[in-house]
Amino acid sequence: MRFLLVEDDPEVARFVVKGLAEAGHVVELAPDGREGLYRATGESFDAIVVDRMLPGGMDGLTMVETLRRAGNQTPVLILSALGQVDERVRGLKAGGDDYLTKPFAFSELQARLEAILRRGSAKAVETVLRVADLEFDLLSRDVRRAGRRLELLPREMRLLEYLMRHAGQVVTRTMLLEAVWDYHFDPQTNVIDVHVSRLRQKLDRGFARPLIHTIRGAGYSLRADP
Amino acid sequence: MLRSTVLRLAVGYAALFAGSALLLAGYIYWTTERYFVRQTEKTVVASADALLERFRGGGIPALARAIDARLADEADDDEIIALVDESRRVVAGNLEGAPAEARASWFDLEIVRRPVNSSARMLRLPVGEAHVLYVGRDNQVRLDMRKVFADTLAWSIAMTVALSILVGFLARHLLARRLARISGVADRVVLGDLSTRVALTGAGDEFDRLSGDINVMLDRISELMDGVRQLSNAIAHDLRTPLARLRSRLEAALRASDSPERFRATAEAALQELDQVVRIFEALLRIAEIEAGHRRAAFAPLDLAVLAADVAELYQPLAEQRGLALEAALAPAACTGDRTLVAQALANLVDNAIKYTQAGGHVRVATAMRDGNVELVVEDDGPGIPEGERDKVVRRFYRLEPSRGTPGSGLGLSLVVSVARLHGGRLELEDAAPGLRARLVLPANA
Repeated sequence: MRFLLVEDDPEVARFVVKGLAEAGHVVELAPDGREGLYRATGESFDAIVVDRMLPGGMDGLTMVETLRRAGNQTPVLILSALGQVDERVRGLKAGGDDYLTKPFAFSELQARLEAILRRGSAKAVETVLRVADLEFDLLSRDVRRAGRRLELLPREMRLLEYLMRHAGQVVTRTMLLEAVWDYHFDPQTNVIDVHVSRLRQKLDRGFARPLIHTIRGAGYSLRADP
Repeated sequence: MLRSTVLRLAVGYAALFAGSALLLAGYIYWTTERYFVRQTEKTVVASADALLERFRGGGIPALARAIDARLADEADDDEIIALVDESRRVVAGNLEGAPAEARASWFDLEIVRRPVNSSARMLRLPVGEAHVLYVGRDNQVRLDMRKVFADTLAWSIAMTVALSILVGFLARHLLARRLARISGVADRVVLGDLSTRVALTGAGDEFDRLSGDINVMLDRISELMDGVRQLSNAIAHDLRTPLARLRSRLEAALRASDSPERFRATAEAALQELDQVVRIFEALLRIAEIEAGHRRAAFAPLDLAVLAADVAELYQPLAEQRGLALEAALAPAACTGDRTLVAQALANLVDNAIKYTQAGGHVRVATAMRDGNVELVVEDDGPGIPEGERDKVVRRFYRLEPSRGTPGSGLGLSLVVSVARLHGGRLELEDAAPGLRARLVLPANA
């Protein structure tokens, strides 16, 4: 994958570039909005990570807006030190695909980046999700593992649907809270863990191969291989 | 001088008074003058009629005689008569020369009769073949009247202006004295004394009301200042503590750099510590954001029952894991609000209830409508909060002594209170005997 990072802070930039390079990606760095826009329109990237506050007259939101008006649909992840809900909404309205508040864990950035990449290449409307021997019929809301029907609560189904749509990726607790519950705040206790462990019990009990994996310091991942 | 509002007002009023006096006097003068002229003309017409009667009886000679007789008895000093022949000589009458030929039948004539020049109202009547009869009356009275009017007007305008300016100065002086109290208080506040207040006179007038408003404002400001002071103390304590721990962990990590496992474990612990600092920061910012009132834009119709069902569902597994029964008794409760904030407030209440209730206990979430308000009640049968502490727990960073060991920022209830305030509602903490009942009361949909 080839990414464009538009970030003026050299420390954050180094941190992101190093992390993504270690994961096997190529990262180009632009230090301000003008250069970012210039490179984003002139070259082809799989995704763009842009800081919201940039020096040099063009901030991140303007850059993304200009890009979108020019018809460029490259997935964009906005980084920002402004965490208010309204700011997030503004970021998404400007054309960002996701919004991440500083400071962030690298695993969170990576997980969200993977999620918007997947969204960009979303396949045609799927009615059945499949991961290994797990099958989720989205129309009849029927979940089977190895042919055996699983009894899930509605919320567990939404949780599972999200995990299956992002199969193989790491999803963080915040991502789950936002996508499955539509809450944009930090519950003081980690309630998400309890929901996932319940789902895991229903999904993996009695099977030799677990599907839901806990990724230390990051979140969860649903995949066939350990 | 004109920078004083009162003086500007006084001058304005003076001009207004003078203008209206001028208008009124002008109108009265105009109508009175017309009345005098009409009266004069009536008298003139009567004299002329009598003379013409004589002319019809005996021609020009009889008319001339009649004129002489009329002027001779001098009963009416103001009467002016002249009979002029075809060569414009005065045949009879008390005018020295014939007036310049006027075309209109009524005209004004300047005459020299008295020490002062005067003006007469004259009627011109052709008689016979070539003679012209002029009959008229001295109009001195009219000129006198004009002078009286002008004098009166000038005097009254002068008086008005003088009075207005006098009153203006007095009022300015009085106002300045009352304002001095307010600006004195403002000066003291600027110098840092927030405890000073404007003294009220008790008159209940505009100044008292303004002073009252200023005092209320000062109360609010000092309340906010207290809040800020309290907050910075709390930040100093509650943010320094995790920062200090973070620092010592990082130092420990450095010392443990020879053992990769220990280094890793220490670094991870440091990250967790850092996450806690960020969490506290975010909670603080969120509260500040709510208290600034900017989030009213996100208000929308909202059913607390739906929202509470969602939050209860989110916490259900956690409650079960802790061995607690989480029950919900939800009646429709429609209001207007910010979904995310109310959900977060409710989540904080439920989170607290679960955190502080022993295994085997109960947590009950209920919504209802009562007295035109909607209510969200979270009740537990845990240890509760002693009565004297209930006011304090809503303060930022305040934590009950026994709970210092449990995880938490000490900001949960503060956030609930600021959410309640933003919605025009309140948070009530009651004794649920045993346990705590937290009641979030918001105004219902109008």
